[in-house]
Amino acid sequence: MNQPAPMIEVTNLDKFYGAFHALKNIDLTVHQGQKVVICGPSGSGKSTLIRCFNGLEWHNSGRLVIDGIEVYEGAKEIRDLRQEVGMVFQQFNLFPHLTVLENLTIGPMKVRKISKAQAEETARNYLDRVHIPEQADKYPAQLSGGQQQRVAIARSLCMETRIMLFDEPTSALDPEMINEVLDVMVELADTGMTMVVVTHEMGFARKVADTMVFMEAGQIVEISPPEQFFTNPSSERCRLFLNQILEH
Amino acid sequence: MSDLGISGPKGQPLPKPPVYKRFFDSVPVSIAIYTIVVGLIAYGSYAGAQGMGYNWQWYRVPQFLYRNTEIGFEWGEIPIGLVATIKLSVTAFLLATFLGLLVALLRLSGLVVGSAVAIGYLELIRNIPLLVLLYLFYYVLGPIFGFDRYTASILTLAVFHSALISEILRAGINAIPTGQWEAAKSIGMSPYQTYRYIILPQSVRFMLPPMTGEVVHLIKSSAIVSVIAVAELTTFGRNIISDTYMSFEIWFTIALVYLVVTLILSIGVSHLEKKYAVDQ
Repeated sequence: MNQPAPMIEVTNLDKFYGAFHALKNIDLTVHQGQKVVICGPSGSGKSTLIRCFNGLEWHNSGRLVIDGIEVYEGAKEIRDLRQEVGMVFQQFNLFPHLTVLENLTIGPMKVRKISKAQAEETARNYLDRVHIPEQADKYPAQLSGGQQQRVAIARSLCMETRIMLFDEPTSALDPEMINEVLDVMVELADTGMTMVVVTHEMGFARKVADTMVFMEAGQIVEISPPEQFFTNPSSERCRLFLNQILEH
Repeated sequence: MSDLGISGPKGQPLPKPPVYKRFFDSVPVSIAIYTIVVGLIAYGSYAGAQGMGYNWQWYRVPQFLYRNTEIGFEWGEIPIGLVATIKLSVTAFLLATFLGLLVALLRLSGLVVGSAVAIGYLELIRNIPLLVLLYLFYYVLGPIFGFDRYTASILTLAVFHSALISEILRAGINAIPTGQWEAAKSIGMSPYQTYRYIILPQSVRFMLPPMTGEVVHLIKSSAIVSVIAVAELTTFGRNIISDTYMSFEIWFTIALVYLVVTLILSIGVSHLEKKYAVDQ
């Protein structure tokens, strides 16, 4: 790789919840177009880490620079940053009082001040990309979990994001719906989007990731390319974790 | 309902409720019981009034509703008083909602000073009787800041009800899951935009029932401003009685007018609630 610009630069990052040390001395660099999959046991700080990337959580020390913008609590540019960094949540978090189309247009119209017609055109375009153009006028509650999560992905994309964060996007889904969401994510990866994905879907990780990160107890234990990560991880804890989740 | 004969899982009819329950729940019996109870109360009051030799003069009441004089039709004191009460209540309610929203947002702001100010305000208002609050505004703050009795009564009602309204708004806002905040934040919305487009539209359905209760409460408590002789329904009632000595007839009529207004309001809002429930 000819080292494109770093999109996410984490140096020496620490985060506390009261006395609890949630993230310990995190160092991580994500370049443009890179696909990073973060895995690890629950409570290891994966979600906390990516929630720091768009200011849903604030770190207590260290540096965090996203696309050239320094992130810290109270930073003026944080709202500009959030427009560039999309986030897909485990629980979808669609706006239940708005139709699918309105869910996709409200951000561009109110935050980016784009005209309604143009926002709707973009929205329909992205609904096509996530394969549910026919659901535009329904309310979220009328859709299946998989469809809701695809709407959530489209909602982030409508903001013309440059980085997409996925926080366990398939963990709340029924098994038969996981693949339709993963397929959309694979297609998104093919477009060259920078992606950071917290997931336990190792099949997806093998297919898409160019970097695997393993976290435990608030620390990054291992960063390696997937070939090495899955066949010959350097840490024993990582090997144990993989054995556990790949057994079935 | 089980008495419609819907069968259980194995096709066995579910047991019917006991005979006495079916008897008391049937429509004609319910109506009969209701009529008897209301009739007894009405007869009791009538008999009591007769016993003390009260001279009923219902025929003199309509002139306080409307009159046809030589210059033509004109409204009586009671409808004029009702309009004044509604004006007073609407103004006070709008002001109370504004104050309440301010207090609720202060409390939700996460700022220590903000919530301290809000909680102080709530505790202060909630622990002063409404009548004392009215006297404070009229006899103490009125002369100091130079406002009249009408302003004093609007401020009293607004301040008193803003405390309760702020709690309703806060509960409605808190009922929205944090995921909605995070989703709104993550597409770059400001706190104002988040409230305006995401949180408040969803809270309305939680706030509507208790807010209706609060409007009804406010209309009723507006009667208290009659003690400082602000022109409104109850004051007009007192004035009519001091002219005519028909206290039974007039107080019954005034009570009925309040009842009709608040009932119309409750029924109207319950229709609104159904509409919102369907939309979701």
